[in-house]
Amino acid sequence: MSEFEHDRAQRATLEASGIAMDYGHRRVIERLDLRLPEGKVTAIVGPNGCGKSTLLAGLARLHAPSAGVILLDGEPIYSLAPRDVARRLALLPQEANAPDGLTVLELVQFGRQPHQGWLRQWSEEDQRVLDAAIRAADLVELADRPLESMSGGQRQRAWLAMAIAQTTPLLLLDEPTSALDLGHQIEVFELIRSLSEEGGKTVVMVVHDLVSACRYADHLVAMLDGRIVAEGTPTEVVTPELVRELYGIDCRLVIDPLSNSPILTEIRRCRS
Amino acid sequence: MSAATGSVRFTRGLGFSLLALGVALCASLALGAGDVTPLQVLRWALGDDDGNVGFVVTELRLPRSCVGIVVGAALGVAGNLLQTVTRNPLAEPDLLGVSAASTTAVVIAILLGASVTTLQVWVAVLGAMCGCALVLAAARLRGVGDDPIRLILAGAALKGVLTALVSLVLLVDQRSADEIRFWTIGALAGRGYGELLGVAAPLLLGVLLVAYLSRPLAALALGERVASGLGHRPRLTRWLTLLAVALLSGVAVALAGPIAFFGLVVPVLARALVGPDIRRTLPLCVLLGPAVLLAADVVARLLVRPSELPLGVVTAVIGAPVLVAVVRAHRLPRL
Repeated sequence: MSEFEHDRAQRATLEASGIAMDYGHRRVIERLDLRLPEGKVTAIVGPNGCGKSTLLAGLARLHAPSAGVILLDGEPIYSLAPRDVARRLALLPQEANAPDGLTVLELVQFGRQPHQGWLRQWSEEDQRVLDAAIRAADLVELADRPLESMSGGQRQRAWLAMAIAQTTPLLLLDEPTSALDLGHQIEVFELIRSLSEEGGKTVVMVVHDLVSACRYADHLVAMLDGRIVAEGTPTEVVTPELVRELYGIDCRLVIDPLSNSPILTEIRRCRS
Repeated sequence: MSAATGSVRFTRGLGFSLLALGVALCASLALGAGDVTPLQVLRWALGDDDGNVGFVVTELRLPRSCVGIVVGAALGVAGNLLQTVTRNPLAEPDLLGVSAASTTAVVIAILLGASVTTLQVWVAVLGAMCGCALVLAAARLRGVGDDPIRLILAGAALKGVLTALVSLVLLVDQRSADEIRFWTIGALAGRGYGELLGVAAPLLLGVLLVAYLSRPLAALALGERVASGLGHRPRLTRWLTLLAVALLSGVAVALAGPIAFFGLVVPVLARALVGPDIRRTLPLCVLLGPAVLLAADVVARLLVRPSELPLGVVTAVIGAPVLVAVVRAHRLPRL
């Protein structure tokens, strides 16, 4: 039995078709189509302000598109009940903040809320899932520690454990490693990988760093000015031309012989 | 790994609060401004009744204590709700002007000729609702990342204006001045079962709302997006919470008038005992609120015997240092 409680047979598809999204009067995303590959890790990359976080918010039922439709298992996600969505799709927003004194265990318990109700309080099943989520995120020794006393990487693993406890086939992450140093970044990315590989989850993450995205994602979605400019496996997609288009830098690409993913070298700003 | 530490802490906190409430209730029954001494009350309790003692305890002190329990619980819970929904450790019905708005509404109703308690409750609730709306609009609250002090300033401004308004009414209208004076500072004296019955409906509604809200509010403490991700509706939760605050503050004002600082002190105590999770602090506020209120009421009765102080004066004297302490703490606790 895997540590990951998500039932492999349970699948959920998430797709956006012809969506446009606005912030106030400003159009952030224009006519975008996206279908997320099931059971894979998808990374959305692009320069600041390209609309990647907005797209994620749209997919997570946080920000309704002004045109087009987002489908969860073929149903328009914005006409589903929030709790119904929360049983199929877990979300980790950027800069999630917990009140002082909250312990890891208490945080992870929140992941069970979509499965509870007036009459259905904490059950043995909840406890089993909770224990498994804490084991999966390697937090057994830290379970009773308050979050503010832990390192950034540990804290982020605790938030991920909450999402794991939600036992959803889909997991959406907004810059899960943004405030972390390199060691902690890898600690978090490796957990995300294992959620997909061993847990069978479909993961979508907005990632700032292109190299990490290549290293840890199966599928790359490159965005610029509210559009998808390239999509596919990292080795297919990432070219010096794309890097120049996205970030305005010149570089050379080499393939890392161990991970088989592209690495950028000789980076410098475009002269043109 | 287990849920042990949290629940042990909760059980301990609950036990302590129950004990405190028991002690406060006994004190409230045994001590008073009148001549009946604790020893006489003890003898009466053991079956040695000389008539007068039984009357004082069951007809005067017990009803008053029951009112105190309801008011204390309502204000403690309302304070906790307001602090959680605004993520502001300083928020409470009195400091934010919610109680003042409620009081003003009642005073206006009295001026217009209303005198039935049941009507006054709903007027008080309506006033509290307007107060919530006004102060939150003034501070342009969006729920997250707001400056705690700004909200308190908006509340102070609202409270100042409304207090001045009530004072004006007191000066101008001699006829209803006596009836109105009761509403300008909180007190439990002379209140009993009749008044309790009058507030039963809004109280029950408030309790049901709070029972429903505890889970979504706990999630909202993790941030709006996280709460949405867990299947909650943050906007709806926030509005229903303000409704519950208005119901509970309205009930408290209708029963005892505005009681200063009270909603600030009780949640601070509760959090110190069981941590920040509202699903733990709410039940604790239900016990600690009455305990603190009854204790303050006993002090109010004893300080200037054989006369009494208004309860609101005592809570202000106890509460003001707590406010200063919370503000002066190294940093405000994050909620």
